[in-house]
Amino acid sequence: MTALLSVHNARKVFGGLVAVNDVSFDVSRGELVGLIGPNGSGKTTMLNLITGALKPTSGTIMLDGTVLSSRPAHFIARQGVARTFQLVRVLPSLSAIENVVAGAVFGHARHWGADAYALAEDLLHRVGLGGRADAPIASMTYIDQKRLELARALASDPRLLLLDEWLAGLNPSELKIGISLIADLRDEGRTIVMVEHVMDAIRSLCDRCVVMSSGTKIADGNVTEVLTQKDVVAAYLGGEDA
Amino acid sequence: MNAFTARELRTAVIGAAALAAAALIPLADDGYYLSLAVNIALYAVLCTAWTLFSGPTHYISLATAAFFGIGTYTVGLGIDTLPFPLLLAIAAIAGGLIAGLVGVATLRLSGVYFVIFTLGLAELVRQIVTWLQTNFTNAVGLYVFTDFTEAHIFWMLLGLAALVYVTGWLINRSRLGFAMRIIGNDETVARHAGIDVARSKVILFMISGAFIGITGAVLAPRFAYVEPPSAFNPLISFQVVIMALLGGTSRLWAPLLGVIPFTILFDQVSAHFPNHTSLMIGIAFMAVVYVLPRGVTGLVEDLVRTRGSGRPATVAERAQP
Ligand SMILES: Nc1ncnc2c1ncn2[C@@H]1O[C@H](COP(=O)(O)OP(=O)(O)OP(=O)(O)O)[C@@H](O)[C@H]1O
Ligand SMILES: [Mg+2]
Repeated sequence: MTALLSVHNARKVFGGLVAVNDVSFDVSRGELVGLIGPNGSGKTTMLNLITGALKPTSGTIMLDGTVLSSRPAHFIARQGVARTFQLVRVLPSLSAIENVVAGAVFGHARHWGADAYALAEDLLHRVGLGGRADAPIASMTYIDQKRLELARALASDPRLLLLDEWLAGLNPSELKIGISLIADLRDEGRTIVMVEHVMDAIRSLCDRCVVMSSGTKIADGNVTEVLTQKDVVAAYLGGEDA
Repeated sequence: MNAFTARELRTAVIGAAALAAAALIPLADDGYYLSLAVNIALYAVLCTAWTLFSGPTHYISLATAAFFGIGTYTVGLGIDTLPFPLLLAIAAIAGGLIAGLVGVATLRLSGVYFVIFTLGLAELVRQIVTWLQTNFTNAVGLYVFTDFTEAHIFWMLLGLAALVYVTGWLINRSRLGFAMRIIGNDETVARHAGIDVARSKVILFMISGAFIGITGAVLAPRFAYVEPPSAFNPLISFQVVIMALLGGTSRLWAPLLGVIPFTILFDQVSAHFPNHTSLMIGIAFMAVVYVLPRGVTGLVEDLVRTRGSGRPATVAERAQP
């Protein structure tokens, strides 16, 4: 089994705070891995290290043999890593379709012109925004903006897709749609790391999950086994219904 | 995306007609009005070239005088030995290269430092040129004798204006232009989409600097005698910022709305109150930045848009992209 993503002793220190403490894990091709943990445990920081939004203090991150750690974010994006943001980031002065095209032009896949627009149109349909290509971004609901962000990430045809609480804030019916969308992505063979607090989603979607607590990896393995592990339950005490 | 839209076609036709009409001005008058027309064409080119970079990035560059002066000096130094078109090309390359160096060194800085650095750059280049001249030549300035009349300079500026507009239009529909729009919205998203943000900005700054360099070269014959204080006059930098911001930077043609009234106003002030031009520029600078941060076009857009997606950028946002 060769890993697509390989994180080795990744560490990130902010001043005196060790946000990510020598974390190591691998993600194989086609795997959907959940990255979970209580608030402030370092999940978003871990994603930031992978995408190059932050430089690791130490450690090595590799994608299919290419070293990503300490490379700029645009380089990493071109290698095929795409993400959504925990606090949604859309491009307000661009139309909806342009927001998606933005992901298709400069990254891992490089489309331009009619080609890029056709792809973006398809992706808008796929995330449930069909027919909204010219909608003003400001009039979109938070959920629609999240969908738009996912379409933008998919537009680069990423080898590795990172979702940071993409399901957070969805109502029960939206959640069902969201979960089946991610399931579709998994079934078409995408490699995904999803940070998530919605445990039902983790249980139904992930084969495996990595658990972080205070910056440290405390568990890594089969979802049902990991979620009954004592220290994981303890880490979540007072938090989620794990 | 690859064909002309009806709107682009209309703009192109109107633009070409306007240029053609302007080209007739020297036939009607070769005195005061031609001289005013040269000034308007000059600032139209400078402000549009400035806006190519500063519009999408919101960086306020005060390096215009540096690129302009380098272009002027290129002609001053080479006019006796090299053909004029070659000098224009050298001026473009020199302006672009300096812009590239400055860009690589400073575009990682926040906006305020960029403003100060570019202002310092113009002064530094001026001091270096003065020092070189006083130490290695016996004269302070250079004579530029050519057969060019005011009308020739005007036509060259019109041609240059056409070139700047076409370049701007090509950039806007290119990947670089699209990248700049994304960067203007959210640099983090831009990086994560695979855009080399620093490189994109540097390329744009080089294009802008190259055009300003050529403009300085075209203007050199008008000066006849080129010396550092006139070639590297910092007022040029400030005037360009005022006019471009007055017109607005969101559209290629927007700066023109600032250039025409301000050039006429400045002309009147310098004719009637020659000692107060700096004062006027200072007041205009502050007024534009505080009252009309998005220019005339921005104001109109705000008025037209009843329920818009964006909000006007504040002064602070302009200064700190
Ligand atoms: N840029 C930063 N500078 C300083 N501290 C930071 C920075 N980013 C994160 N932190 C700190 O690092 C720790 C981990 O934060 P992180 O956002 O990675 O947690 P998380 O697991 O994603 O939490 P949540 O579930 O609430 O999103 C927190 O204590 C946070 O305050
Ligand atoms: Mg987080």
